[in-house]
Amino acid sequence: MSTKVAKVPKANKIHERSASDVSFRIVVGIITIFSFVVVLYPLYFIVIASFSDSTLVNRGEVLFYPKGISLYGYEQIFTRPDIWRGYLNTVIYSFCGTALNLAVTLPAAYTLSRRNFPARGIIMKLFVFTMYFNGGLIPTYMLINEVGLLNNPLIMIIIGAVNVYNLIITRTFFENSIPEDLYEAATLDGCSHFRYFFTIVIPLSKAVTAVIMLYYLVGHWNDFFNALLYLNSDAYQPLQIILRNLLLLNQAMAGSSGAGASAYAQQYADQIKFGVIIVSTLPVLCVYPFIQKYFEKGVMIGAVKG
Amino acid sequence: MKQAKTAAVGMPKKKVRPLKALARDWQLWVMIIPAIVYIAIFCYGPMYGLQLAFRDYDFSKGITGGDWAGFKYFIQYFESPMFWPTIRNTFVIAFFSLICGFPIPIILALAINAIKGPAWKRTVQTVVYLPYFISTVVLVAMLQILLSPTTGLVSNALKAIGLIGADANLLGDPWAFVPVYVISGIWQSAGWNSIIFIAALAGVDGQLYDACKVDGANRWQQVWHVELPAILPTIIILLIMNMGGILNVGFEKTFLMQNSLNKGVSEVITTYVYNVGLKSVQFSFGSAVGLFNTVVNFAFLMLANQISKRAANISLM
Repeated sequence: MSTKVAKVPKANKIHERSASDVSFRIVVGIITIFSFVVVLYPLYFIVIASFSDSTLVNRGEVLFYPKGISLYGYEQIFTRPDIWRGYLNTVIYSFCGTALNLAVTLPAAYTLSRRNFPARGIIMKLFVFTMYFNGGLIPTYMLINEVGLLNNPLIMIIIGAVNVYNLIITRTFFENSIPEDLYEAATLDGCSHFRYFFTIVIPLSKAVTAVIMLYYLVGHWNDFFNALLYLNSDAYQPLQIILRNLLLLNQAMAGSSGAGASAYAQQYADQIKFGVIIVSTLPVLCVYPFIQKYFEKGVMIGAVKG
Repeated sequence: MKQAKTAAVGMPKKKVRPLKALARDWQLWVMIIPAIVYIAIFCYGPMYGLQLAFRDYDFSKGITGGDWAGFKYFIQYFESPMFWPTIRNTFVIAFFSLICGFPIPIILALAINAIKGPAWKRTVQTVVYLPYFISTVVLVAMLQILLSPTTGLVSNALKAIGLIGADANLLGDPWAFVPVYVISGIWQSAGWNSIIFIAALAGVDGQLYDACKVDGANRWQQVWHVELPAILPTIIILLIMNMGGILNVGFEKTFLMQNSLNKGVSEVITTYVYNVGLKSVQFSFGSAVGLFNTVVNFAFLMLANQISKRAANISLM
């Protein structure tokens, strides 16, 4: 008898619980599907619009799949030397810049991860201070001018050579993920810091290297600010500056004049803008899936920072 | 006598120690020297150059050659007609970015964490992280395409459902600047900002959920009593960091979204420094405005840090 009585409210409770759990599932479903669609659709739209006739796109008829398939935009992009020069510049800046970033950040992080390194505390404090306080735009500009890097393509490689946030992520990884026993065993065998770093630390740090490499690479690829400030010559401009001139300042047909020409310029700009967005963003999106599995790890390491 | 002797013995010993340490650690020093050189030149160099804000800049004498001007340029900024507009615009943009942009990654993370199917979870994560890698130039170009008053897909959709008037121009109307700025910012970085909460949620002990279930808590209550407390320290740390950057409204996006129609609401301190300091070559004035910005930011950071230290015993430094 008593068991029966006990069972009824229990069953009720389970029923109640599952009802609120169902409402939870529904809300989770709505949030995730909404986020998915809202984030993906604009990107999808740019892709389909890049293959479509721009008149149909402008009339709002291209919504779910490409219409009036046209590769005109892409064809035009291939004939424009300024885009390819910008592309080449960006590839050079990104490749050399990221190589320099890693060459500076990884060894520095190793030194700062050694607990018996005497200057560790003070160096760390001086580095972290720069995250919250800086000289600002104009003193930095004056300094770049002073050291002769104004309008010098080298600035695009050197600037940001070490990012303190990435340095902390890397240092924390070295401290927490590489067993101290390895270091002790290696030093007992007479292993130097250099050798230990190159033969033990680096091979064990693929995850964190991948993450900071992605951060640095994307930073260089998307860098617009530094080029705007420090480069004047057309020959040195990276892709982002070319993109801005092309997409935002409507300079697709620079040099032409007259009302007819400007209407034509508008149409021309419409034709190529989607393709330009795709072509310029594709390389970053190609690297992304390979490194995505390391994101959470990388962000998590960064969060543990002291 | 004895004391003097020990002191004499002690002295050279202390002097040798750093040298010995240097001999022992020279490889470590070699590895960190490039980073030190970079930070010294490119981060502390400009800080030395900040004296420009207190001097009359003289082209022929360089950064440190001009005559001292005291707080002249700061006062000039405080008294200029652009002082309140730049402060107000910066605060409005930063405030709404924080208020609207901060909770969304948390909600997104809780939702993604609750997805049961691993394939769908992976897919959602891949998609929502993606916009973070798009450059600001491309983002603003996409805004111009989608929000164009004549051909924009989004603006036409909003007009069709009556959310905005038929003659609204989302790219030029001053009222539209902040919403467009904030919402596109959320679109771009909410997913990325959720990663840190997803990672924190993944570390929640499964036993806590079980204990919660035994106590009869439903899934909503589990969120409230298990998941939110688990990510609270992360929330507070990020809130402090965001508060510290309250005046650091991104230069790039504001600059790129700026046009003659919306300049009244889009001129923030950083773009003002660029326009007045660099474009109009008022180096000392620009430095002073920039320094003011940095100092206010720093003060906010310290304040937020102190508050959270007192209230929750969590701090950055």
